[in-house]
Amino acid sequence: MSRQVVARASEVVPGTSKIVTVKGRDIGIFNIDGSYFALANRCPHAGGPLCSGRIVPLAMSDGPGHYRLARHQEFLRCPWHGWEFDIRTGQSWCDPHSTRARQFAVTIESGAELVKGPYVAETFTVSVEEDYLVIELAG
Amino acid sequence: MKVPFAGAIDCDLHPLMPSATALLPYLDEYWRDQLVNRHIDRYSFVLTSYPPYSPLSARPDWRQTSGLPAGDIDAIRRHALDPFGTRLAICNVLHGAVALFNEDMAAALCAAVNDWTAKELLDREPRLRASILLPAHNPALALREIERLAPDRRFVQVLLLAMGEMLLGRRTYWPIYAAAEKHGLAIGIHAGSTYHHAPTPSGWPAHRVEDYVAQSAAFESQLLSFLTEGVFQKFPALKLVLIESGVTWLPTLLWRTNKTWRGVRPEVPWIDRPPAELLREHVRLTLQPLDVPRGDPQRFARVLDHVGSDRMLLFSTDYPHWHFDGEDVLPDGLTDDTLRRFMIDNPLETYPRLRDGTVADHAVLRDNASASQEHVR
Amino acid sequence: MNVPFQHAGASQHLMIVDCDIHPAYRTPADLHPFLPARWREHMTTFGEHLRQGLSGQLAWPRMMAAGMRLDAFPEAGPPGSDLELMRRQHLDANGVEYGMLMQLSRGGMEERNLDFAAALSRAVNDWQLEEWVKPEPRLRAGIVVPQEDAAFAVSEIERRANDPAFVQILISPRASDPLGHRRYWPIYEAAQRCRRPIALHVQGYSGGHASTGSGWPTYYMQEHYATTTGMQNTVTSLVFEGVFERFPDLKVVLIEGGFTWVPSLCWRMDKHWQRMRKETPDLKRPPSEYVRDHCWFTTQPIEEPEVPAHLADVISWLGWDRVMFSTDYPHWDFDHPQQAFKFELSEEQKRKVFRDNAKALYGLT
Repeated sequence: MSRQVVARASEVVPGTSKIVTVKGRDIGIFNIDGSYFALANRCPHAGGPLCSGRIVPLAMSDGPGHYRLARHQEFLRCPWHGWEFDIRTGQSWCDPHSTRARQFAVTIESGAELVKGPYVAETFTVSVEEDYLVIELAG
Repeated sequence: MKVPFAGAIDCDLHPLMPSATALLPYLDEYWRDQLVNRHIDRYSFVLTSYPPYSPLSARPDWRQTSGLPAGDIDAIRRHALDPFGTRLAICNVLHGAVALFNEDMAAALCAAVNDWTAKELLDREPRLRASILLPAHNPALALREIERLAPDRRFVQVLLLAMGEMLLGRRTYWPIYAAAEKHGLAIGIHAGSTYHHAPTPSGWPAHRVEDYVAQSAAFESQLLSFLTEGVFQKFPALKLVLIESGVTWLPTLLWRTNKTWRGVRPEVPWIDRPPAELLREHVRLTLQPLDVPRGDPQRFARVLDHVGSDRMLLFSTDYPHWHFDGEDVLPDGLTDDTLRRFMIDNPLETYPRLRDGTVADHAVLRDNASASQEHVR
Repeated sequence: MNVPFQHAGASQHLMIVDCDIHPAYRTPADLHPFLPARWREHMTTFGEHLRQGLSGQLAWPRMMAAGMRLDAFPEAGPPGSDLELMRRQHLDANGVEYGMLMQLSRGGMEERNLDFAAALSRAVNDWQLEEWVKPEPRLRAGIVVPQEDAAFAVSEIERRANDPAFVQILISPRASDPLGHRRYWPIYEAAQRCRRPIALHVQGYSGGHASTGSGWPTYYMQEHYATTTGMQNTVTSLVFEGVFERFPDLKVVLIEGGFTWVPSLCWRMDKHWQRMRKETPDLKRPPSEYVRDHCWFTTQPIEEPEVPAHLADVISWLGWDRVMFSTDYPHWDFDHPQQAFKFELSEEQKRKVFRDNAKALYGLT
C-alpha cells in the first residue's frame, strides 16, 4: 500500500473535480461539500474517461410528468454513454447491484510525512502550511 | 406438437364477425336509421389487415363453403375448442368500426358489437369469454364503454389495435387504463391497423404480406410507448397483452431498452427499474403466430432463455388465422411444466376475471391435466 | 486539465475496419467551396428544406451534447470535424486500418428541393474526397445521393464509379417510399453495375412519415429504438419487392440499426411468405436466403444482454460472416473495439467481425 501526494486540497473546491495520474493510473478527485472522493478514470461499462464527465444532480420522479432534482453535484455522468455514477461510492445508479466504478480512498493529510508523488509540493522549505491531498494506492 | 393435456385457456380466438344487419337490433334508432338509409348496412366492416380470402385470414379447413372464414358458434366448438381440449377461450372480434373517423359512429358500432358478442357468443357457450372492443380514438367514449360493460365479468380485456391514431402509451389514453385497472381488465393490443398512418417510417409497402410482417415492429413501438410514458408506474396493476405479435422479436427489445435506459434515464426518471424487469412483470404475449424456423426443436427453448421468463407467454390458437396445421399448435422442445404455464397458469394470472368461479375449478384443471397426461401422447 | 485516455488491456494486435465514422463540418460554410455560387446563396438565404418542425435542431433533443461523446470535442468545431483529433483519439488509438465515412448531413438525402439536393450531393462527395480521404488514406467515402431523384442519383454514382475512394453508395432508409419500391431500382442497378454496396445508415430525419406505424414517439428513448424497427421494415421491403431477385449481385449494408432482430425477422418473413406466396410470385426463394446472401449488418450499438453469451447465439444464427464492427465515432453510444463484446470471441470470429468481413465486402486488401 502506498500513499501519494497528488494535489492541493485547494485545487479541488466543492462541486469540482481534478484528474491526476498516479503510477500510470488516471484518477479523478471530487469534492462533495468538503469531503473528497476519488474514482478511477475508467468507466466500468466500456472503458470511457469517466471522470471527465459532467458532475450532475440526480433526476428523480414521483410519477410520469413529474420531475425533480436531488443530490446535487453528487453524481457523475460518463461522457460516453451517459451512465450515472454515485461519486461517493462509485456505484452505477441504474445497476446498483452489478456495476461499480473503481474507488480509491482519499484523505487530507499534512505534507511532511508522506512520499512525494508526481505532484511536487509547492514548497522546498519544510513548511507545512497548506493541506495536501494524499491518495492511497495498492502496491 | 399437439396439446398434451386438456384444460388450456385459448387467449386469442376470432369468431365470425356479425354482419351490419345483425347489429341493427343492438343500435338505437338514430344509428339504425343512419345505417339503413345511408346503405352503410351493406358493408361488412372488414379491416384491411385481414382480407377474408387471404391465406393468413383462415386455414382452408377453417373456412365456410363460400370460402369466407368460419367462426360461428358451431364452428368455434368444432374447430377451436374441442380438438384442443380448451377449457376457456377469449374472443376478439376485430370489427372495422374502430377504423371509422366518426367517433360517435365508431362508438355506437363498438357497443353494438360488444352487446352482440355477449348475447350471441357468451350466452350460448359457457367456455367463451371476450374482449371489449373500444373506439380508442375517443378515450372518453372508450371509457364510457368500459364502464358500461365492466359489470359483465365475462369480458376480461379491452381490445385495441396495434396501429392506430397515436402510440397507445400516451397520456391521452390514460382514462382507458385507469378504468381497466380499476375493473381488473387486461389491455389487449391486437395485430391490425386502422391505416391512419403509413405502416412504416418510409411509407406504404406494396404487399399485404409486408404489412403483416410489419405488425411485429408495431408491437415493439407500442411497448416502448407504454414503457417510456410510465404507464406501468401510473397503473401498477395493469397487464398488457400483445395478441398475434410473433413473439421472437422480444429479446432484442428487452436487451436494447435496458441498454438505452442507462444512458437516457434522466429523460424518463419515473422508470425506476430496468425496463426488462418492468416488461417481464407487466407484458404478456399470445403464442400464435410463433415465428420460429422449422427443423430445430430447441430453437424456441433457446429464445425463451433469451427472454428470461416463462411467465410471459399465453396459449392461443388464433383461430381461424392460419399459423399451424392440424393440431400442431405448440412449439417443440418445451417441458410439460412450461407448457402448463403457457396453457393454464399464465392466462389465469394475467386475466383476473378468468379466475371468477374457476378458483375451485383451477384445482380440478390441474388434477385433470396430470390425470390425462398418462393417456395423451 | 485533460489527461489522455488510456484504456486498460493489451495493445491492439488486430487492426480493425470501422464501418461507421461520422465526419462533420466545422461550419456549414465548409461546403461552400464545393457549391456553385447560386447554391451557396440558396443555402444562406433559404437553407435546407426538411420535413421537420425545428430548423437545424432535433425535435427529440439528445441527452448529451447533441448526441456526441463529451471527450470528442476539438478546440473548434463539433465532434468529428477535426481530422487531427479523429486520428489521435480514434484511428491511431484504436488501430483503425480502414474507416468508412458516413456523412448524413447536408447531402441532399432529405432535401425537399431536388435541384438543391443534387447540388448538395455533389458538394458533399467532393468535400469527403478533398477534406478527408485525400489527406487520410485510411478513410473511405460513400457516394451520398438523393434517393428521391433516381435519375440524378444514377448520374452521380456513375460520376464517382471509377474513384476507389468511394466504396459504397449512401441513401436514406427513411425515404418517401419503402426502399423496395421500383422508383429506387435505377439506383440499385447502378450500384450493381459499378459493384458497390448500398449503405443504409439510420436517419433521424423523416421522408415524410411518422417514425412508427402508429404515429410519433414522445421521448428520445423511443425514437432511438424506432431506427431499429425502421430497419426491419426496410429489409422486409427490399426482400418482398424482389430487389434481390432482380439485382442478384446487389449488396446492402445496414448501419447502426442493430442486428439481433435479423434472425427473428427472417423466421417471421419465411413463415408468412410460405402462406402468402401467391402474392409475390417473383420471389423464387425464401426471404431468409435473400437476406443471407445480400445483407450485412454493422455491430454498433451492440446489444448488451444480461447473459452475454446470448449474443453469441444470435450471431451464430445470423452468421459470423454477416456482421461488421463499427464504432459510430464520435457519437455518444460509441462502441469501443476492445469493450464492445462482453464475451470471448474466437480468433476467427474476431478476424471476421473486426476486419475480414468488411475487407471482403468493400474489396479492401
